[in-house]
Amino acid sequence: MSSAPTRDPGTQEPPDYRQVQSSAEFARLRRSHRSFAFPLTLAFILWYLGYVLLSSYAGGFMGTKVLGHLNVAFVLGIAQFATTFLIAWWYSRHAAARLDPKAEAIRARLEGAVTLEKDGA
Amino acid sequence: MNLSQQLAAGGAGEHRALIITLFAAFVAATLGITVWAGRQTKGAEDFYAGGRQFSGFQNGLAISGDYMSAASFLGIAGAIALFGYDGFLYSIGFLVAWLVALLLVAEPLRNSGRFTMGDVLAYRMRRRPVRTAAGASTIVVSIFYLLAQMAGAGALVTLLLGITSEAGKILVVVLVGIVMILYVTIGGMKGTTWVQMIKAVLLIAGTLLITFLVLLKFHFNLSELLGAAAANSGKGEAFLEPGLKYGATATSKIDFISLGIALVLGTAGLPHILIRFYTVPTAKAARKSVNWAIGIIGVFYLMTIALGFGAAALIKPGDIEKPGNTAAPQLAEVIGGGAGSTGGAVLLAVISAVAFATILAVVAGLTLASSSSFAHDIYVNVLRKGEATEKEEVGAARWATVGIGAVAIVLGVFARGLNVAGLVALAFAVAASANLPTLLYSLFWKRFTTQGALWSIYGGLASSVLLVLFSPVVSGKETSMFPGADFGFFPLENPGLISIPLGFLLGWLGSLLSKEEPDARKYAELEVRSLTGTGAH
Repeated sequence: MSSAPTRDPGTQEPPDYRQVQSSAEFARLRRSHRSFAFPLTLAFILWYLGYVLLSSYAGGFMGTKVLGHLNVAFVLGIAQFATTFLIAWWYSRHAAARLDPKAEAIRARLEGAVTLEKDGA
Repeated sequence: MNLSQQLAAGGAGEHRALIITLFAAFVAATLGITVWAGRQTKGAEDFYAGGRQFSGFQNGLAISGDYMSAASFLGIAGAIALFGYDGFLYSIGFLVAWLVALLLVAEPLRNSGRFTMGDVLAYRMRRRPVRTAAGASTIVVSIFYLLAQMAGAGALVTLLLGITSEAGKILVVVLVGIVMILYVTIGGMKGTTWVQMIKAVLLIAGTLLITFLVLLKFHFNLSELLGAAAANSGKGEAFLEPGLKYGATATSKIDFISLGIALVLGTAGLPHILIRFYTVPTAKAARKSVNWAIGIIGVFYLMTIALGFGAAALIKPGDIEKPGNTAAPQLAEVIGGGAGSTGGAVLLAVISAVAFATILAVVAGLTLASSSSFAHDIYVNVLRKGEATEKEEVGAARWATVGIGAVAIVLGVFARGLNVAGLVALAFAVAASANLPTLLYSLFWKRFTTQGALWSIYGGLASSVLLVLFSPVVSGKETSMFPGADFGFFPLENPGLISIPLGFLLGWLGSLLSKEEPDARKYAELEVRSLTGTGAH
C-alpha cells in the first residue's frame, strides 16, 4: 500500500518523478488506463480493418440486400458510426470513474500548496 | 454544359452578387471578432493556445470546424456522387480515427505539452534534433493539407463565381490568403478558434438544411434515396456496393486498404488538430472536447450520405464533373428549385458561402499550426537555443504566418484538378507515418530513444512523401498532377500501407540499435505528468 510521496509545500524542488513512477498508486493508475485503452484500441482498429477488407474482397456478401436498397455494406458502415459513439461514451465513463480520481489524488499530493498559487497565475 | 457556363450565360450576375455579399458578411464578422481577440492576445500563451480559456464544448466545436474541411464537405460529397459507396469510406475512416485521439493522445498531450506537438515529442529526448524533426514534419503535413484546401478553393471560384480568367482566379486565391493571414497574425489562436466555431455552426446548419430537403424529397426513406441514386447514376445497384472506384484491379483493392489505414491512423498525428487540445484548461476538458467533436463530426458525416447520394440521385448524370468537388453546391441549386429559380439561386449562394468559409477557416488553422511550430520548435528552441524573449517568439510566429500564407497562396494558384478528399488522405498518410509512431512511443514506451524518434519521424516523412512523388497522383495518369510525364514506379495512390508500418518499425529499430540509454528520469517525469496532469501548463 505504498503511495506517491507528498510534496513538501513551500519548497520549489520538483517532485521525484521516478519515485512516483515506481509507486503502487501510480502503477494502479497506469494499469487502469492501459488495460482499458490498449485492448479497446486494438479491437476497434481490427473491426474497422475487417470492414475495409470485406469491402475490398467480399463484394458479393457486402452487396447482399437487407432492406429495400439497403445492403450489408451500408449496415456495417452505419454500425461503424454506432460503435464509435459507443466506445467514446464507454471510455469517458471509465475515465471519470477509474482514472480521474486516481490521477487527481496523485496530482494534489505532488503539487501541494503550489497548486493554489498556479491557479491564480 | 457545366454550371459556371450556365451561370455566365444568364442571370449569373445576381447569383454572384448574392454569393459575394454572404461571403463578405462572413469575412467582415469574423475579422471583427479577430480584431477583438487580437486586443486580448498579449503573450505566447494567448497567441499559441488562446489563453487556455476555452470550454470543452467550445473547443469541441472548434475542433469540428478545423476538421470538417473542404475535403469533407466538397470532397466526400463529390466522391460519393461519382463513385457511390466507395466514397463513403472516407466518412467512416475520418470518424473512427477520433477514437485513437480520444483513447491514447488527447489527454496525455494536454497534460505534458505547452504549445506544439514538438513539446511532447522532444520531452524525453535531445531537444534540438527532435524539435527540428517535429517542426519539419508539422510543416510538411500542414502544407499537404493546405494544398487540398486550396485545390478546393480554386475549383469553387471557377464554378461559383463564374470567373474563368486566370487573373481572376489568382486574385480570389490571393484574397483568401490575405484574409487568412489577417486572422492568424492579428487574432492568434483565440481569433482562429472563434472563426472555427462560427464556421462549424454555419457548416452544420447548411448541411442540415440540404439533408432535410433531400430527405423530404425521398419521404425520409433512405432506401428510396439510395435506389434513386443507383438508377440515376447509370451504374445500377453496383453504385451502392463497394468496388466502383477501388474494385477494378488487385492494385486498386490494395490502394483501398492503404487509404483505409491512413485515414484511421492519421487524425491523431495532425498538428493543427493536436494544438487544439492546448486551448482548454485541463485534460478532462480536452476529453470533453473530443467527445463533442465526435458527436458533431459523426452527425455531419452521416449527412454526407444525403449530400453524396442526393447529388447522385438528383443531378443529371454527366453534369457532375470529375473530380467531383462541386457536387455539393450543385445539389444545393437543384434541391432549391433548379437553375434559374430563386430558391436554387439562394441555396447555391448560401452553400457556396459556407464552403468558402470552410476553406478559409481550415486554412487559417493549418497556417497557425505550422507557424506555431516554426516559431516555437525551430526558431526559439533550435536556432535561439531557448534564449528568445516571449515578444520575439510571438513576433517570429507572426512573420512565419506571413511566410506560410504566401506559400499557401502560391500553392492555391497551381493546385487544381485533384479530388480534395484524395489530397487530404495523403496528408493523413504523412501524419500517420511521421508523427503518430513517435507520439505513441514517446508517451508509452520506456525504451524509446532520440535515435528512434529521429529515424521514425524522418523515415516516415521521407517514405510517405517520396512514395507519393512516384505514385499515380503525381505522374503517369490522365488525372495526375503532371499528366504529360511518367516517372512513377509506386502503384498505389496512398502510401500509408508501406510508410505507416515503416514509421513504427524505424522507431522501434532506431531505439534498439541506439548507443545511448533512454533517459529514465525524463521518462518518469513525462509519464507521471501525462497521466496525472501534475505541473500542466
